[in-house]
Amino acid sequence: MTATATGLLLEATDVSKIYGAVVALKAASLAVRPGEVHALMGANGAGKSTLVKILTGAVHPDSGRIAVRGRERTVHSPGEARRGGLVSVYQEPSLIPDLDIRANLRLTDTPLEPFRHWLTQLGIENLDLSSMARRLPLATLRIVDLARALAIEPDVLMLDEMTAALPANLTQRVLEAVASHRGGDRSIIFISHRLIEIASVCDRATVLREGETVGVVDVTPGSEERIIELMLGQIAGEMPAVAGRTAAHRASVTTPRISVRGLASGTKLQDVSFELHPGEVLGVVALEGQGQDELFDILAGSQRPSSGELLVDGSAASFRHPADAIRAGLVYVAADRAEALLMQRSVRENIALPFTTRVRRWGLIDLRAERETVDAAVSRLQIDARAGNEVRRLSGGNQQKVTIARWVAGGVRTMLCFDPTRGIDIRTKQQIYLLLRDLAEAGAAVLLYTSELKEVQLVCDRAIVIFGGRVVEEISGTDADEATLLRAAYHLRSDAAMPEAVAAETVAAETVAPRASDAANGPGAEAAPPEQADPETSR
Amino acid sequence: MNASARANKWLTAVTWRRLLRDRPIVPLMGLLAILVLVIELADPGIVSPEWTGVIVRASVPLAILAGCQTLTMLTGGIDLSVAAIGSMAGFVTATLVHSPGGVAEGIIVALAAAALAGLLTGIGVGVFRVHPLIMTLGMSFVVLGLSNVWQLQMVQTGAGVPDSLRWIGSSTLAQVVPYNLLVFIPLTLLILLGLRRTGYGRLLYAIGDNPVAARLSGTRAWQVLIVLYVISAVMAAIAGLLISGLTNTASVSLVDTSLLPAVAAAVIGGTSILGGRGGFGGTIVGALILTVLTALLTVLGLPEPTRQVVFGSIIVVVAAAYTRVTSES
Amino acid sequence: MSAVTAPVGAPPANPARTVMSWAQRSSWAIGLVGLLAILLVFTKIIQPSYGVAGIQGLGISILPLGFAAVAQAVVVIAGGIDLSIGSMMALTSVIAATLMDGQSAEFGLAVVAGVLVLGLVLGAINGALVVVTRVPDIVVTLAMSFVWAGFALLVRAAPGGAASPWLMNLVIGPFGNPWIPKAAIVLVIVVAVIWIPIARSRMGLSLYAVGSNQLAAFRSGVPIGRTKIVAYALTGLFAAVGGLALTASTSIGTPVPGPYTLESVAAVVLGGVSLAGGRGGVFGPVVAVMVLQIIQNDMTFLSFDPNFALVAQGVILIGVLILGSVLESRRARR
Repeated sequence: MTATATGLLLEATDVSKIYGAVVALKAASLAVRPGEVHALMGANGAGKSTLVKILTGAVHPDSGRIAVRGRERTVHSPGEARRGGLVSVYQEPSLIPDLDIRANLRLTDTPLEPFRHWLTQLGIENLDLSSMARRLPLATLRIVDLARALAIEPDVLMLDEMTAALPANLTQRVLEAVASHRGGDRSIIFISHRLIEIASVCDRATVLREGETVGVVDVTPGSEERIIELMLGQIAGEMPAVAGRTAAHRASVTTPRISVRGLASGTKLQDVSFELHPGEVLGVVALEGQGQDELFDILAGSQRPSSGELLVDGSAASFRHPADAIRAGLVYVAADRAEALLMQRSVRENIALPFTTRVRRWGLIDLRAERETVDAAVSRLQIDARAGNEVRRLSGGNQQKVTIARWVAGGVRTMLCFDPTRGIDIRTKQQIYLLLRDLAEAGAAVLLYTSELKEVQLVCDRAIVIFGGRVVEEISGTDADEATLLRAAYHLRSDAAMPEAVAAETVAAETVAPRASDAANGPGAEAAPPEQADPETSR
Repeated sequence: MNASARANKWLTAVTWRRLLRDRPIVPLMGLLAILVLVIELADPGIVSPEWTGVIVRASVPLAILAGCQTLTMLTGGIDLSVAAIGSMAGFVTATLVHSPGGVAEGIIVALAAAALAGLLTGIGVGVFRVHPLIMTLGMSFVVLGLSNVWQLQMVQTGAGVPDSLRWIGSSTLAQVVPYNLLVFIPLTLLILLGLRRTGYGRLLYAIGDNPVAARLSGTRAWQVLIVLYVISAVMAAIAGLLISGLTNTASVSLVDTSLLPAVAAAVIGGTSILGGRGGFGGTIVGALILTVLTALLTVLGLPEPTRQVVFGSIIVVVAAAYTRVTSES
Repeated sequence: MSAVTAPVGAPPANPARTVMSWAQRSSWAIGLVGLLAILLVFTKIIQPSYGVAGIQGLGISILPLGFAAVAQAVVVIAGGIDLSIGSMMALTSVIAATLMDGQSAEFGLAVVAGVLVLGLVLGAINGALVVVTRVPDIVVTLAMSFVWAGFALLVRAAPGGAASPWLMNLVIGPFGNPWIPKAAIVLVIVVAVIWIPIARSRMGLSLYAVGSNQLAAFRSGVPIGRTKIVAYALTGLFAAVGGLALTASTSIGTPVPGPYTLESVAAVVLGGVSLAGGRGGVFGPVVAVMVLQIIQNDMTFLSFDPNFALVAQGVILIGVLILGSVLESRRARR
C-alpha cells in the first residue's frame, strides 16, 4: 500500500464554488480510500458535476483544499490533473470529432495495447482506429472514452453518468470493469442516478445536497433508503398540493385542440397518438430518450415528422418552422433557458419578442400597449424584474418565468411545456403549477412533459406514458402516483409487483437528460476554460 | 481598516463598469472631449466652429459606413462589401453624369445596383447560411470586378463627380455646418428610431443575441437578414456618394481605406461583433473619435503610419475593455 | 433500461478501408487537383502557345498568395482567423528589402532568418492578444492589421529596397526541367518542411483538436491558450515567408499590404478548410490558389475582360459555400 498515514487516496475538504449569484458548491467534502469504488450522489444541481470538474482542474474552486495521497495540491488544468493521476470521463465524450481514434489516443498520450485490452473488456472489438470520432455512434464513443481513461491507469478515475445512453450489454461490461478495480490501489468515483448500479459496484457513497456534503454511507443492502433520504433532505414528499384542480373540461363535444396520430420520427419516435383537449393539462411521462424530445420538437415546429398526422382544431397541420406552430396556437416552453432567452436583453424585450416576429409587425411598436401587456404578464407570473436590464442577471426561476410570460402575454391556446421546472426552486415550481392549472381552467390546452413524477399528480388531468417511442399507457391524474407512473415508464405490467431494484430507482426515473445536470449547475458551469471563446460565434 | 473608503472605491469601480456596460456612450463622449482638449493643447486655437465643421464633415461618411457594420454586427454578422459597394456607387454616378437622366439617373442606378448586391448577399447569408464575412467578401470581389469592367466600358464617355454631389458632400453652411448633415441627420434618426422603436430593430438584436431563441419565438431569420443586407448596401452606397462628393474623385477603390476604420468605429462605439449588443449612437461617437484622433495625430506631426498603429492599438484596448466589463456575471 | 437503438461497434480495420478513409477525408483536395489538371489541359486547348513561359509565370504569380493561403489555413484549422496576414507580409517584406539592399549574400541570409523569427513573434503577439483579451479574433487581427501595416510604412514610406540576388534566383526561373518552376518547388518544399513535422506531432494534433472542439480538447489535456498562440505564431511565420516571397519575386519591398488577407480567406475556403475549424489541410488551399490563378489566366486568353476574373473568384467562393451549405442540409435531413 502506498497510501499515507491517513490512508486516503483523495481528500477534498470544504470545497466551494460560486458562479455569480449561483452557489454551485457550498462546502463539499469527499474522501476516497484506495481500492474503493466510491459513489457520488445527489439530486439535480446538488453540485456533483461541479465537484468533478474541480477535481480534474477544469474549474477552479473559490475555497477548499484537495489532497492526493496526503499531499495537498492545486490542479490548474485537466492536463495537469491527468498527469497527476486524476482523470474524468464526462457524459459528453471528450474525443475530438475531427481526429481519428488513433490521433485521439496520441493526443492524450494513451498507450495502445492497454487501450485495446480495455476496449475488448468493455465489449467493443474490431474498432477501426483510423475512423473519425465524428463518424462513430455515441455509445461507442463513450466506451472508447472510458477505455482511453482506463488505459492510462489513473489513481482516481471519475465516471460521470457513464452508463447513461448505453445499451444493457455494454452497461454490464462497464460495471464489470468498474468492479474489477475494487481492492486494488486505485479508486473510482462513480456518479450515477441508478441506485441499482451503485448497489452492485460501490463500496461507499458520498451524498451531496445543495452544494454540501450531507453524509457518507456504506453501501450495503438496504442503504438505498438512507441515500435517498439524504439526497432529498426535508423536501421529500412535502410538496403542497396545488389547490383547486377541477375535473377536466374534456367533454366529447369539443374538438380536440391537438390530435396526434401515428407520429414517428427517426429511430426514437415510433408511433405516438393522443388527443389534447381544451381545458386540460395532459402529462407526458417517459424515461430519458424515449422519443419525447422529438415529439415536442415536431409539435413546436422545429422538426418535421417522418410519418404520422397532426390535427390542430380538427384540421391537418404541417409545420415547417416554429412560426407556423405559433400561428396555429402551439407555443413551446423549453427546459433549457439558454435556448429560449436573449440573455443580454431586457425582460421586456424577451417577453415582447414573439409580438414582432411577423413581417407586418416590423414597423413602429406601440410602446404603451406593449408596456401594459408585458407588465400584466410580469405581475401575473410574479417575476422579480429588478435586475431586468439583462435577463442573464435574473435567477433561474425568474428566467424560466420570463420564458413562460412571453407566451402568456400574448394569450395562450396551447402550451407545450418540456420539463419547465427543471433546476428551479420549489417556490417557483409551485407558481408554475398554479399557472398551468389557471391556464387550463381558462380554456387553454397544456401538454406537460416532466421528469419529476410528483408533478403529474399535482398538475395533470391525465398522463400518457411513452416507452420506446410509443404510447404504452394512459393514466388518469388521480391515479398517477409515482409508483404507478414508474412502473408504466419502465413498461412493467401494473399488476406485477414492482421489483425491488426498480423501486430503488425512483431517482433514475427523474432521469433528466444528460444536459440537464449541467444546466442545473448554474450559468457558466460548463464554461470551464477561461481561455475559451466560442470559436463559432466569434466569426 | 477604513472599510468605508474601500467600499467607496469598489463602488466607483463598479459604477464605471456599469456605465461602460450599459451606457457606453457616456464614457465615449468623455473620451471625445478629452481628445478635443488634447488637440487644443497641442495646437492652441485650432478648435473653432470651422474646425468642428471639418471634423463633422469627415465623420459623416465614416459614421454611415460604421452604421452598416453596427447593424450587421448586431445580428452577429459583418459587412465587408461596403467598400466595394460604396466605391461602385460613387463611380457609377460619376460615369452617368452625362446620361439623359443626369445625376438623378446616376444615383438611382447606383442605389439600385447596391440594393441588388445587398439582396444577393442577404440571400446568401439568410437562406444559404454562408458566413457573412465570406459572403460579403465574395460579394465585394464581384462588385469590384464588375465596377472595373464598367470602368473600361465607360471611360470613353467622359465622367466627373456631379456638382450636386460635390455640393452636398463637401460644402458647408457659413463655413461651419456641412451640408452632408442633410443626408446624415434624417438617416440617423431613422436608424435610431428603427433600432429602438420598431419590431424589426428588436429582431436584429434578438437574432444576434440568441438565434435559437429567436427562431423558437417565431422569427424567420432569413427575412430579417435579407432586408438587413439590402439596408446595409444602400447605406454603403450613400456613404460612397458622399465620399465621392467630398473628395471630388470617383474611383473603384475610393472607399477601400474607410472599410477598416468603419469596423473600428463600430467596435469602439460599443457594438459587440458577437451580436445582440450595441447601437448606432455609440457608433457615431466612435466615428467622431477616430476622426478627431486622426486630426490630433496630424497636428502632432505623426502622419499616416503612426495613425494606423494608434488606431489598431485603440481598437484592441477598447474591445478588451468592453469584453471585460460585459463578460462578468 | 433505456433502449439505445444506435448500432454499437465499428467496422473492422483493414488497409483498403484505411486508404478509402484517407481518400474520403482528402476528397476535396483530390478533386481540386483534378480540377487543376483539367484547367491546365483546357488552357492548352484555348491557348496552344501556352507552355513554359505560362507555367513559369504561373509559378511566380502564385508564390506570395500561396504562402498567405497556408498561413491562413493554419490558424483557421485551429479555429481562429487572421485578418492581419497581408499586413504582416508587407512588414516582413519591407524589412527584408530594406536590410538586404546592397548587402552581402551572407548578410542576406541572416536577414532571412531574422525576418522568419520576426514573423513568429508578430504572430505570437496576435495570438497572445486573442487569448489574453478574449476579444473575438476577427476584431483583434483586424486591429493588428492596422498596427503591422503602420509599422511597415514607418520602415519605408514608399516601395523600394532590394532583394539579395540569391533570394531572387531561388524563386525565379525553372528548376532543371524548364516545365518546373522553381517557385512551385520552393512553395511545396518550404510548406512541407515546416508543416509536415508539425502536423505529425502532438502539437499538430492539438491544433486540430482546439479547432474541432475546444471543450473536448481542454478535457483531453490540451492547453488551449498555448495552442492558439502557437497557431497564430505559425501563421505569422508563413506570412513572413510570404513576405520574403513577395520581396524575392518583385525584388523590392512594398509597405502597402496587398490583397492577400482577404484572398487567403477565399483560398482557404476553396481549399477545403472548414471555417468552423478542425478540418482540412494546408495543401488544399495551395492548389486552390493555383486554380484561381489559372482561371484568371484563362479568362485573359479567352479575351474576357480580366476584371471578370475577380468576379469569377467571388462567384466561385460564394458558389462553393452555397453548395456546401446545401449539401450539409441535405445530409442533415436524411
